[in-house]
Amino acid sequence: MYEFEYHRPKKLADAVKLIKSKKEGKLMAGGMTLIPTMKQRLAAPTDVIDLSGLGNSGVNVSKTKVTIKAGTTHAEVASSSDLKKAAPALAALAGMIGDPHVRHKGTIGGSVANADPAADYPAALLALNAKVVTDSRTIEADKFFKGLFETALRTNEIIKQVEFEIPARSAYSKFPNPASRYAMVGVFVADFGKKGVRVGVTGAKGSAYREKAMEKALTADFSADAIAKVKIKADDMNEDIHASAEYRAHLVGVMAKRAIAAAG
Amino acid sequence: MPAISMTVNGEKVCGDVEGRTLLVDFIRGNLGKTGTHVGCDTSQCGACVVHVDGKAIKSCTALAVACDGVTVNTVEGLAKNGTLHPMQEAFREHHGLQCGFCTPGMIMAGIDIVKRKGKKLKEETIREELEGNICRCTGYHNIVKAIQAGAAKM
Repeated sequence: MYEFEYHRPKKLADAVKLIKSKKEGKLMAGGMTLIPTMKQRLAAPTDVIDLSGLGNSGVNVSKTKVTIKAGTTHAEVASSSDLKKAAPALAALAGMIGDPHVRHKGTIGGSVANADPAADYPAALLALNAKVVTDSRTIEADKFFKGLFETALRTNEIIKQVEFEIPARSAYSKFPNPASRYAMVGVFVADFGKKGVRVGVTGAKGSAYREKAMEKALTADFSADAIAKVKIKADDMNEDIHASAEYRAHLVGVMAKRAIAAAG
Repeated sequence: MPAISMTVNGEKVCGDVEGRTLLVDFIRGNLGKTGTHVGCDTSQCGACVVHVDGKAIKSCTALAVACDGVTVNTVEGLAKNGTLHPMQEAFREHHGLQCGFCTPGMIMAGIDIVKRKGKKLKEETIREELEGNICRCTGYHNIVKAIQAGAAKM
């Protein structure tokens, strides 16, 4: 790892000031992606601004809404008893990320900001119509995920929390890569009753996206049969040693059907 | 260089570290506690698992400077007055190792599973919970048996 200067601000305003003042500064949440990346010398920031000192963690569930602060670890999201009642699919999703040791450190804010094409949270945020609240504005999930590791976040913008309305029912189904446990394909289905059904997909393309043809079919009829005829195009799907584009396109349908069955 | 202090296995320790010093390098290099191993360079193998403030983490993927003020427990801190911790004893009893390289991480992970899931563990739960610990010798069977037996005696 290359040398850098370490900072651990206690206040969000100080973190914003710090990152703005450094030429090649990097924000660190749990560090579960950043530290390995720096160890491989794939990243060489001059300054690391560690956000763990902000104490910005916790899951808050009201009658209609869930708010998860950015520094909440995957383990905390997975074990939140309030969240398990309000949106059990999201708690279950958090419990599938990485391994127990990684879940003790990795955070929702870090995962969302990193926007790994095979990360789990982006599918959930899209399906749950979530809002990403930063130090300066609120960004809808639909406008947040822009591409491969690319988000709408400006340089130096810091995520404060993620919030969403509680769906009537939801479920996440993931086909994990047998070695890395990252999603080869993961599909999050959320049913908002009269407001319709939303389907978020991760692992399949360069960025998480919504499968709108499925949403239309499921809003009319929430059943696995309803999407049997929805054709998933393989054109812009990821292709690598783990799976071909056609296989991933097929998995989108299979994972969606499993999620629908699990949502009940 | 930033000065840090922490409690390791009940003992107050301090030292000067660079920003880039990993927790595992501080534990092994500065403190000379080489029970915690480094098995990979990619945060996958779990040989370096220690408990920080009671939670299992990979010490190769934590900055020492970020651990200023924390409480760390390593495999060296488990045995008391020459008596092995029940989880260590179970690994011996059930031969939960061959070369032994992954063992410190396995034992620390095993104790963490018990903390979160209780003393009565199903084989399936243990296998799932060992997601972040790789063993290249045993095929895992005896490790799973050892954790199950160790958990029951904790």
